[in-house]
Formats: sequence, C-alpha cells, structure tokens
Amino acid sequence: MSSFKAFDIAGSGMAAQSVRLNTTASNLANADSVSGTAAGVYKPRHPIFEAVRAQLATHGATAESQPAVRVRGIYESTAPASQRYEPGNPLADTNGYVFAPAVNVVEEMVNMISASRSYQNNVEVMNTSKDLLLATLRLGQG
Amino acid sequence: MPLNLDQYVSVHAAALDVRARRGELIANNLANADTPGYQARDIDFRQAMARAAGDKTVGTTLTTTQPGHIGGATSANAATNPDLKYRTPLAPALDGNTVDAQIEQASFAENAVRYQATLTFLNSKFRGLLTAIMGS
Repeated sequence: MSSFKAFDIAGSGMAAQSVRLNTTASNLANADSVSGTAAGVYKPRHPIFEAVRAQLATHGATAESQPAVRVRGIYESTAPASQRYEPGNPLADTNGYVFAPAVNVVEEMVNMISASRSYQNNVEVMNTSKDLLLATLRLGQG
Repeated sequence: MPLNLDQYVSVHAAALDVRARRGELIANNLANADTPGYQARDIDFRQAMARAAGDKTVGTTLTTTQPGHIGGATSANAATNPDLKYRTPLAPALDGNTVDAQIEQASFAENAVRYQATLTFLNSKFRGLLTAIMGS
C-alpha cells in the first residue's frame, strides 16, 4: 500500500496546471508582437491534458496502477492572425499591413484564473494528505 | 482468554484503508478537473466495508468449485481495491469532463475528517489497551 500516491497525483496536477499557466503567460506576453508576414506571426499556444490512467489501461496495465494527469502536448492555435493597417510601422509589408497574433486576451485571463484555482486545489489536497499522514504516523502515541 | 489484536482494531484498520484509497481517488478527480473526457470516480464506502468484513453477497464474485476454475477479480475483494463507481454528474462539461470541483472538494474534506475520526477511534483503542496493561 502506498500512502504517498496522493502526493504523486496532486503533484502531477500542479505540474500540468503550471504548464497551462506558462502557456497563458507566453500568449499574454506576445499579444502585441506584430509581424510583417501572416506566417511569421506568433501563434497562441494551449496545452492538452490527458488522464494517465485511461492511457495505461489501454496498454494492458492495471486500471489504477498510476492515476494522475499529464500534458499530452501543446498545440498552436490555427486561428488566422488579424491584419492592421499601420503604414508607419517599419515591420509593415508593401501594402502597409502588419499582422497581430490571434490572442484573445479575455480568454487568456479566464484561463489564467482557472489554472491558478486548479493549482490551489491541488496544493490543498497535498497539504491535507500530508496532515493525515503525519497524524497516522503518530498513531498510538497519544 | 487471549486478545486478538487484529480483531480488536479490525473495523477501524479496514476503514482507514478504504478512507486512504478514497482520498487518492478524489485527489485524482481534482487533478483531472480540466482534462477533456475525464469521468470522475468514487468508492462505494458501504460496499467496500462490507467486503472488508467478509460479506460475500455484495458485488459480483465468481465461485470456484473445480481446480480449473478461474476466480475472477479476486483483488476486487480486498478492502483497498473495491469496485469503483462513476459519479453521476450534475452538470457535465461540453468536453465530456464530469468533475465538479466543488463537490470533489467537499468530498475530500469530508473524507479527511472521517479519516481523522477513524484515527481517533484507533488511538482510543490503543489507549484502552495501555490502561489495561499499566492498570492506572
């Protein structure tokens, strides 16, 4: 019996949420990074989460051998970049347009709040599990 | 009459096991709160405890009457590995996720308090033994 599994689970959740927080930070930081070409503009990034248990079960391992969450990958949004007419910008193309990334700032803020709340949830789980384990260690002493 | 220490604490020891397992499950639900398609799970505590007490009537088990018979999911009889159930979602998300963070938080808190209650029961059992031994 491994009483420490709760720590692994909460830790994997924290790691996944911090990846999400990182991509959100990257998207927000690059919200105004304009480019001279539509192909060269920054593409918003988003992580894809996946439950490890479901993935293990399909490979023949026991269903609850290692429950956790992991980041399956980070995909780049294919939303088209928005064009802005800025002939004075040194990056502008021959028609006077610059391309701005398709970062939705409101969406990113919501993502950020959601990620930080989920992170806090996992921290609470870890703290509570720690308290319970410490109480178990003191079993019979008082 | 000798005292069987295993029997003396058996219910609470089994309950502690099931509570620890349930805590892990809910931790997993919370970790996967943002995973598309993840379905929240929980333990049927009554059934798990009945199994731990040796009640063969709960759940489904295969009877082996011949040496060639396969016993089925024997590990499912253990207290730490009872049948898992899927939670009935109140408001499933569009991406197929059925984790309701508030419900899971409440369940986790409840489970933690009950775990501590079981610890207190165990502690008082040991204290009772010590009183009997020391006589004071």
